[in-house]
Amino acid sequence: MADSPTLLGKAAVVAGLPDHPAIKAILTGNADALTDAKFDFNELTLTIAPEQIRAACFAMQAAGYNFFEDLTAVDWFPAAPRFQLSYHLTSFAMKDRVRLRVMLDDAEPAVESITPVWAGANYYEREVFDLFGIRFEEHPNLRRIMMPEEWVGHPLRKDYPVEGYR
Amino acid sequence: MNDHAGMPVLEPAEGAKDQHMVINMGPQHPATHGVLRLVLEIDGEIIVRIYPEIGYLHTGIEKTCEAKFYHQVVPLTDRINYLDPLSNNLCYALTVEKLLSLEIPPKAQWMRVLLAELSRLNSHLIWLGTHAMDIGALTVFLYTFREREDILRLFEAVAGQRMMLSYIRIGGLSMEPPLDFFDRVQAFIRIFPEKIDEYANLLTGNPIFRNRLVGVGHLSAEDAVALGVTGPPLRASGVDFDLRRDMPYSSYEKFQFNVPTSTACDCWARYEVRLVEMRESVKIIQQALDGMPEGPVKADAPKIVLPDREKMKTQMEALIHHFKIVTEGFTVPAGEVYQGIEAGHGMTGYYIVSDGTAKPYRVHMRYPSFPTLQALEVMCKGRMLADVVAVIGSIDIVLGEIDR
Repeated sequence: MADSPTLLGKAAVVAGLPDHPAIKAILTGNADALTDAKFDFNELTLTIAPEQIRAACFAMQAAGYNFFEDLTAVDWFPAAPRFQLSYHLTSFAMKDRVRLRVMLDDAEPAVESITPVWAGANYYEREVFDLFGIRFEEHPNLRRIMMPEEWVGHPLRKDYPVEGYR
Repeated sequence: MNDHAGMPVLEPAEGAKDQHMVINMGPQHPATHGVLRLVLEIDGEIIVRIYPEIGYLHTGIEKTCEAKFYHQVVPLTDRINYLDPLSNNLCYALTVEKLLSLEIPPKAQWMRVLLAELSRLNSHLIWLGTHAMDIGALTVFLYTFREREDILRLFEAVAGQRMMLSYIRIGGLSMEPPLDFFDRVQAFIRIFPEKIDEYANLLTGNPIFRNRLVGVGHLSAEDAVALGVTGPPLRASGVDFDLRRDMPYSSYEKFQFNVPTSTACDCWARYEVRLVEMRESVKIIQQALDGMPEGPVKADAPKIVLPDREKMKTQMEALIHHFKIVTEGFTVPAGEVYQGIEAGHGMTGYYIVSDGTAKPYRVHMRYPSFPTLQALEVMCKGRMLADVVAVIGSIDIVLGEIDR
């Protein structure tokens, strides 16, 4: 695998990839939305302020990232901020994939739903809600998808017990 | 687009209580390809709403991965999409190799392409057999399973296993293929195009099969992209995108093949696209056989790849490495990567977050059937109940990869 340069931090990425359409799209919309960035393993990761994610997704869609590929979360318990949401957006025309990252605090984690941008995010947001307990505001049907309706707890959280009786 | 955006169907809509009926289809229904439960609101035989109720096969594989060493995850991936096992292995191995920045020898890469295409044929053959059977053409099932048996025998020859292969490992392949393997693959793909003609002969001109598929399950390109539909259903809706060609991995850029598309957007288009895809897979396998490079099938990384048995008997280091890998695993640099591949059903992707230890901090799998299921209501609304069976067959879902 060819070595690609690693750029860490917002300033380095903006300076190193000045013509990247995704960075342009986010910065043109709202320069404060981009809080951090990195480029490693040939993948671009843009950290977006939590309240800006839907606007950022609209901007990305307008910039040619037409396909919502994946959404998942990572639990960094006990570090703060605890939750990381990773959105993977793909452009069919530019043949490129960008990861948007949102960091959320432990207390009542919630973020705007992106189902108005891509209806296909519906199931993914339900899955993250079910397994991590992160709420998606204005989601049309935010209910458990994998676990039974009456289940207590969110199994993919790191503090969820994996041994013993329930 | 979905008017109800996935609201549960628990009782008939207001104002239609004396006319509409709510019924369950599945989870134990032969045409739902596993434990899929659909709650349908119907007006006579016309579909008003569909609400898929999933999770019956949820085993928490993503959570299990967090407790395993990196190399112990490989057999778990087989069991997610059990009809296309090598694509799962391949996608997982590529993702970890990306984190490790590991160079894979050319022969291993070409073998991976060959095996991924055989795996795709396996997946498409099961699709064709079960899809036709759901619609009432029972005979085709026997024909496709005859050829699938040949592919399973090839798999057995390389890996010793028929379905859960775990043959593609981090750093290459688990072992050298047997000496007569390439001749056997050559013998198989020499006869296989005739077999595709045979299936087409049974189905393409069949007026019943045609009437059940043409114009059924319409999915526009906009809806397909918005709902995250990938693979053959996406290409049958006229969107020309295939990760093998557009974002190549594992040397796919060195192969020449066409990506079939259709603008008909219906079940028939999905049938035709997959049939052409099978012919293209044969072309890729032929190129892989013709140009198969010489050399090792494992990367030169003794701390990551298990040593050969022979070396363990003669070399102290090999024995130590084997012991260390099996008991302690190997550490992977901290970071996060996503790798997508084009599996038989569509775009598969693995997202791995490493914290620098020997176990993955988080493994997430993106499997194509999960978002594709969201498109079911769009495709079936206003159609007859019997069309649901045709549509489920045409999007080729595997419940193992939906529920994980």
